[in-house]
Amino acid sequence: MSDLKQELKEKIITQLNLEDIAIDEIADNDSLFGDGLGLDSIDALELIVMLDKDYGIKLTDPKEGKKIFESIEVMANYITKHRTK
Amino acid sequence: MEKVFINSIGSISTQRTFDNNDFLEEITTYEDNIIPAIEPNYKDFIPPAAARRMAKGIKMGVVAAKIAMEEAKLLNVDAIITGTGMGCVRDSEKFVTAILDNNEQFLTPTSFIQSTHNTVAGQIALGIGCKGYNFTYVHSSISFESALIDALMQLKLKEAKNILVGGVDESGEHTNAIHELIRHIKPEKINTNKLLQSNTEGAVFGEGANFFVLSNNKQNSSYAQLLDVKTFNTLPKSELTTNLVEFLNNNNLSADDIDVLISGNNGDVNFDNYYLELTEGPFKNTQQVYYKHLSGEFNTASSFGFWLGAKILKTQYLPSEISLNTIKSKGFGIVLLYNQYRGKNHSFTLLRQC
Amino acid sequence: MSKGVAITGMGIISAIGNNVAENYRSLIDGRTGISQISKINTLHKNSIMVGEIEFTNGELEAKLGLSAPNNYSRTALLGAIAAKEAIANAKITDIKAHRTGLISSTSVGGMDMTEKYYYDYLESEDNRRYIEGHHAGDSTEKIAEQLGIDQSLVTTISTACSSAANAIMFGARLIKTGQLDRVIVGGTDCLSKFTINGFKTLMILSDTHNTPFDENRKGLNLGEAAAYLVLESEMLVKKEKKKVLGYVAGYGNANDAFHQTASSENGDGATLSMEKALTVAGLEPKDIDYINAHGTATGNNDLSEGRAIIRVFGEEVPEFSSTKAYTGHTLAAAGAIEAVYAILSLQNNIIYPNLNFKTPMKEFALIPQTKLKEKVLNVVLSNSLGFGGNCSTLIFSKRP
Repeated sequence: MSDLKQELKEKIITQLNLEDIAIDEIADNDSLFGDGLGLDSIDALELIVMLDKDYGIKLTDPKEGKKIFESIEVMANYITKHRTK
Repeated sequence: MEKVFINSIGSISTQRTFDNNDFLEEITTYEDNIIPAIEPNYKDFIPPAAARRMAKGIKMGVVAAKIAMEEAKLLNVDAIITGTGMGCVRDSEKFVTAILDNNEQFLTPTSFIQSTHNTVAGQIALGIGCKGYNFTYVHSSISFESALIDALMQLKLKEAKNILVGGVDESGEHTNAIHELIRHIKPEKINTNKLLQSNTEGAVFGEGANFFVLSNNKQNSSYAQLLDVKTFNTLPKSELTTNLVEFLNNNNLSADDIDVLISGNNGDVNFDNYYLELTEGPFKNTQQVYYKHLSGEFNTASSFGFWLGAKILKTQYLPSEISLNTIKSKGFGIVLLYNQYRGKNHSFTLLRQC
Repeated sequence: MSKGVAITGMGIISAIGNNVAENYRSLIDGRTGISQISKINTLHKNSIMVGEIEFTNGELEAKLGLSAPNNYSRTALLGAIAAKEAIANAKITDIKAHRTGLISSTSVGGMDMTEKYYYDYLESEDNRRYIEGHHAGDSTEKIAEQLGIDQSLVTTISTACSSAANAIMFGARLIKTGQLDRVIVGGTDCLSKFTINGFKTLMILSDTHNTPFDENRKGLNLGEAAAYLVLESEMLVKKEKKKVLGYVAGYGNANDAFHQTASSENGDGATLSMEKALTVAGLEPKDIDYINAHGTATGNNDLSEGRAIIRVFGEEVPEFSSTKAYTGHTLAAAGAIEAVYAILSLQNNIIYPNLNFKTPMKEFALIPQTKLKEKVLNVVLSNSLGFGGNCSTLIFSKRP
């Protein structure tokens, strides 16, 4: 689980070009959107593709993403439960 | 009709032009057929969160705009009008490549969103919170001049006070590769100072962003007055001089009134003869300069020429590296720019000292 | 009140017809052009619906009398067909007789050929002629050539989904300021894998018929189309006793400055562009008889535009409808397509139904016109809103 969290942090930083942010600056429970990491709706779409490509989880409604991407913790739990690869 | 002034400039080009205190004091020479823009440290201008999705062209445009806004001491403008011939080619290439290589699967939106031609104008508006008029012209080598025509119309009629106008194009790897194949880019690497002696087809491709605040309110920082701009989709060589004379006459000027001709020669043996019509015709006794050996050719390279004209008029100085002939004008009062690309999309632009 | 600019001709090709008459017939018959995609072999063909034009490129080339090999993108082919109809409709026989310009618009440009030959260009010489056809100005240059416009002001605008509305606006200003006597204005965009996949990544493509302003709307259908208007100066209209189809009475352009792709929740940009257009036209909201809304059927657009309409019109919102359920969202061309529809509605005193509407949105009480309606129309307002915050409004009137 903690490996997955680490992996997610790395992926988020590379995929979303957050070059000024270090992995240990993202706490597991930090909110990713809004006041936390400051991600926005375009990032949410990027993350939806990541779920599909890397973990075999398909979301059809971007609104679903809002809950899943709340924090690294929530994301990791969701992926563990639903991953197909 | 109100007079229109160039109140400030911001330039990122293949020369070190982003510092407005500098005027080509050190020329960078290249030995190549594709030359890259010299970039400032973008972090000094754009917050990382905003910059993280921006490709080079968008950064160049946003920063050149910012430099121009700062010099004009403005926080906002009434309108933003940009010109870009190829748009955001890097993101376009990235998205097409992703479509083809992944067979339309697992595509992410960022490069698609960033690929639209109006991204730079939209990003500038977003950055400064400008809810005003926002246009992007995308017509080859007159993209920038179309933006000028639009701005001039609004400022002359007092529909706006300050308008941010700019030209921006970035070069993309695939785009360059295929343009080399069809000889729009020279096959050989060539030295900056020998561009016009190349005797080969094609141009040296460059990139850059040149932005200006145009205003009907003259201020201390003003560079020059913009008198007129005219574009032609086609213009046979035989009609060039007649049309130019008519353009000058409409501005109550004749060829003798021009102190400097800024000519858009790019060293393409097939198309530079258009410039000869003027440089060996009505302006053979006029001081002539060229600039594409410094800036490279790109659809909005003429915005670098416009930058050059503004600089010459404000500083009353003309770097020797841009001279096309040996004639020296006594002072620099009126500057005429002529540009075309591959025999099409011609433009005349007139600037006056202010 | 400043005088409107006369419209003397129009031409169109879209999923609901290959000319003005066919488009009008489909509009009043309530016949949609939305179907499964047939001309592009995309992986998404079973999960999207589009507004596709029936002709193949070969058929379009034949109509234009183009011989192979040429380097016309589909965008250029569609544009040339529609622009030629506009010229014929305006009964222009000598294009060089007056200072005539062309302001076109596109977002796709020659991307249809670029995506087809992207790697092929590097390997073989066969299709390299299309390389020069990629840039956005190319379709405009070709249309100018087809119309015989030379030594003139010819340019292209690309402001995403508001492009053609902006081309009409710029053209009208060039006539008003006396820089041109006559100008052909409009836009053209073909379908491409680039835009299909682009909008797919934004997750705003509907897998079924789009339903503008419906609570359960699932997104947009992309479409391809081209449309052009001929605008002429007052002097020329008088001198040549031209038949006037309608007038461009007002125009407004503003930027939402909110988000790169999404519109602000309150529709700031659209509110501003409608207000500016009313000011230019010297009209009050109550003077508008019908609104042809942008209404793309995305969750975001319809909410934002609806709120903007309420902000401008208050309790007195006139009949409004979106014609996107007929044509799909034709991107850069949309503003010109809907300009033609606006003029047809003025000429025929007809309001088109907003197809596929069932359930009102919960955020407001706006209900689009769902049945074909006859009403005396004097002034029609048309919105075009796009990526990059671009918002444009045009106002068309029967009288100057």
